[in-house]
Amino acid sequence: MNAIGWPNWRRLNQEGIVFAIAILLFAAAALGLPGFLTADNLVAIVRSVSVLGILALGMAVVIIGRGIDLSAVAIMAMSVAWYLQLLNTGTSDGLAFAYVLAGVLAIGLLNGFLVAYADVPAIFVTLATGSFVFGYVRSQLITQDAVPVPQGHWVELLGGVRFLDIPVEVFVFAGLAFLVFLFLRYTKWGRFIYFAGDNPVAARNIGIPVRPMLVLRYALSAVVALIAGLLTAASLHSINTRVVNSTLLYDIVLVAVIGGIGLSGGRGGVRNVLVGAALIGILLNAMTIIDIPLLYQNLIKAAILLGAIIVDGIINPRDEQTAQQGDI
Amino acid sequence: MRLLKTLMAAATALAVTAFAAPSFAADDPGPAAYAKALNGKRVMLVPLAMGFDLAQGWAHYLKKEVEAWGGTFETRDPNWVVDAGAQAITDAIASDTRPDVLIIHAPDLNSYSKLMKKAQAAGTYVILVDNPANFPADAFVGSDWDKLGQLEAEAAIKGCGENSSKKIGLVQGDQANSSSLYQYAGIMKVLEKHSDFQVVAKPDSNWDATTSRNVTTTMLQQHPDICSIIDFWDGDATGASAAIRDAKLDGKVFLVTTGGGEKAADCDKLNDGTYGAVVMTDLARQSGDMNAIIKFLLQSGQPAGTSHTYIYTLEKATTKADLKPDSCWDLKALQAEAAAK
Repeated sequence: MNAIGWPNWRRLNQEGIVFAIAILLFAAAALGLPGFLTADNLVAIVRSVSVLGILALGMAVVIIGRGIDLSAVAIMAMSVAWYLQLLNTGTSDGLAFAYVLAGVLAIGLLNGFLVAYADVPAIFVTLATGSFVFGYVRSQLITQDAVPVPQGHWVELLGGVRFLDIPVEVFVFAGLAFLVFLFLRYTKWGRFIYFAGDNPVAARNIGIPVRPMLVLRYALSAVVALIAGLLTAASLHSINTRVVNSTLLYDIVLVAVIGGIGLSGGRGGVRNVLVGAALIGILLNAMTIIDIPLLYQNLIKAAILLGAIIVDGIINPRDEQTAQQGDI
Repeated sequence: MRLLKTLMAAATALAVTAFAAPSFAADDPGPAAYAKALNGKRVMLVPLAMGFDLAQGWAHYLKKEVEAWGGTFETRDPNWVVDAGAQAITDAIASDTRPDVLIIHAPDLNSYSKLMKKAQAAGTYVILVDNPANFPADAFVGSDWDKLGQLEAEAAIKGCGENSSKKIGLVQGDQANSSSLYQYAGIMKVLEKHSDFQVVAKPDSNWDATTSRNVTTTMLQQHPDICSIIDFWDGDATGASAAIRDAKLDGKVFLVTTGGGEKAADCDKLNDGTYGAVVMTDLARQSGDMNAIIKFLLQSGQPAGTSHTYIYTLEKATTKADLKPDSCWDLKALQAEAAAK
């Protein structure tokens, strides 16, 4: 990799491979499947991975800084469920939102604090806070798995917002992707994330505030999760906390990692998330059009992802120079 | 006047004789036998999760009855995790306070079969609720999912009408849960008889509303002239309805689903036109069936696993036209009632 972030076209890396597979799939589907290459269907593809992509953006920032946030889905579902519950029991909108935002920030800060200052591995911290958030909110604050959006509330109206017939979450995804891109590429703290992720000790030695930045990343990830949750509720007019038990969390990590963001930190960017999301979106859409049963869909998805990783392993073998300490 | 006096005297005499003969009631052996068989017995409900309308409704009605006859009622909440449910059942069988009746909401056909056998061997009656399993339980109480699927298909055909495209889309649950598999079989049985109707797509939602929305969006783009969609559960049909709304096909696609007949989940949505028809389970009656079979088993004296009874709940496809004030039960009201105690 040359200057961080820009692709090296001469050498095919994992991102390139996944991008190529996505293009191939797209071409095959466009030729073979009637109705695939229509404006409506392309919008539907982007929309179907918008929430996943937004969550993956938050996850990407954390992973680049050599961390992981396994509490993202719990924060997403439970914060919005609590918010809607407060609204349904008559709390004023402003107050309810303030509570929820404070709660979300508190969990993000707690994650960051435990990782940065208590030196507990991120994977354990966020696994624990995720379970805590789910358990506490589910048992103490809400009465049902599914909490409906009150009729006429702005979250419900948000779900109906369209520009040029394109649903709002597509724009939010695009906007957030652009913001995260600017943050990572052009701000000092954004650049520092790569240094801290690549070699935390060296980054600290040259005077980068590694620990406060770590806390910031987890807080950021938590807020991104809240946004993703609000968009989900906006579209479905309710939020179902069962999603915490689903494979969504793995899909988020998958989108980030399959696009080429190394779990060992210091590598990757927004483009990798977009490539990963594109592959998943095209794949799922094409399989739904062909009407492949869910069991086979999972099998095909897993096989293609495994294939991409194997090809990457053959083209870019790991050796002492490319491997990093702490590589998972 | 004299007549009135006579009448009053007669009435008084009658009342006195009636009250003076309490020995009849004391001779009825029923209440004593009933109390002897039931008092102090333990009933435990292990649903898929306690966080959804069906489980909360069952728990409400069961608790009321069990506690009224002097028993103990408990629930366990596996929160949709099969392993956690297995653990809860294992613990219950092994504990000192082993339940006398175990009511199990099975996640699939096979997962709990061994555990249920163990429970029966330990002397606990096993009642399966809602989801059938490959196990001869003492009783099954719930829907005949095949029949339920037939009702859904008939509602969809009626919703489409004769002059429609006659294209139907299915949003199945998954390929493991018996309720999904049997529901599909029932739907196909009816559609075979109506050969002019065809199923144009049958994706799975995995019981998730977002997935249901995504697959329905694709389905409607591929077949914009679909006249009816059958989503296999009201828990994720909110996703299918969102896709119909987004495609601006409200009123053109007749959405059929099934659910526990809860007010906010079913009746309100029939009323506002989100759903065209819902095959609703009469939850109060289903709970009543469970209560009756519990009372029967505890008094029967037969060892657990002796008899196998199927009690199918009466199902009916309800549309907005035949919606009545008592068509649904209200979870909020039940919760308020529980909170007031």
